[in-house]
Amino acid sequence: MKLLLNGAPINAQVTTLADLLVAEGFGGAKVATAVNGTFVPAPERADYALSAGDAVEVLAPMQGG
Amino acid sequence: MRDFYGTALANGLMLGTALYPSPAILKDAFERSGASVATVSLRRESGQDRAGQDFWQLIRALDVHLLPNTAGCHSVKEAVTTAHMAREVFDTKWIKLEVIGEEDLLQPDVFGLVEAARILTEDGFQVFPYTTEDLVVAERLLHAGCEVLMPWGAPIGSGLGLNNIFGLRAMRAHFPDVPLVIDAGLGLPSQAAAAMELGFDAVLLNTAVAKAGDPAAMAAAFATAVNAGQLAQAADPMEPRDMAAPSTPVIGKAFLI
Repeated sequence: MKLLLNGAPINAQVTTLADLLVAEGFGGAKVATAVNGTFVPAPERADYALSAGDAVEVLAPMQGG
Repeated sequence: MRDFYGTALANGLMLGTALYPSPAILKDAFERSGASVATVSLRRESGQDRAGQDFWQLIRALDVHLLPNTAGCHSVKEAVTTAHMAREVFDTKWIKLEVIGEEDLLQPDVFGLVEAARILTEDGFQVFPYTTEDLVVAERLLHAGCEVLMPWGAPIGSGLGLNNIFGLRAMRAHFPDVPLVIDAGLGLPSQAAAAMELGFDAVLLNTAVAKAGDPAAMAAAFATAVNAGQLAQAADPMEPRDMAAPSTPVIGKAFLI
């Protein structure tokens, strides 16, 4: 399934958002997620089914002013 | 010092975590500053580098209140979504709400700011809005549910200090019970002291420390200045006057002509 992950095109063989995070190296990481511009809380990731073309954002703590 | 949504801070220094030459210098600067609040952000994470995870460990060890921001957001939807993501990651209701409306000065879009503040406060957030010294906007933000206001001193990263002393003094006088923070534009400790002398409850700065030649030393200087300004404000400064008034008693002066 073709997806956009943080703006970059990827081809991932996954079903859910939780699967995607594990497959792409985010397992256990402190991150927040959004799909197509909408926040997806962590407890909902396992049930959130991705569709081809979805734009997934994975954000983490970063320096800020 | 007034409380911030029921939280009493040890001092009025809020320090940003961006632009430091290294994580070690960031840590050193926070230790020297004694800052009570650290501002943080969210950015895209790489599954390979996982750089955000190291930063998360670093800021947790600082043992300060975290104030996540919505820096770089230009729309209400973007800011609100970012705030929700920040609340989950940083586990805090506090959000430094920025809705930027103009690129050259990074001036807040105050219309979007009020709308986003209303949405977020209704959803349980405790909003710290990055705003201007405009009293009408400030009133709208309070009506939207904000209990703190953060007017800019000058444009972000400019180091110009307090651009509109009159406006800031008016804001302080107009909202005597509202915690007020000067957010952005400070370049020197003397400007932070001036803000505190005006009666502001805190200053929020980043670039002035991070971009100094010696960030840790500058952090210490800001801490001293904030403390001095706070002490001075509490000590009830004298009223300035136009004409001289001798401080040495005239009575008893020798006749030596």
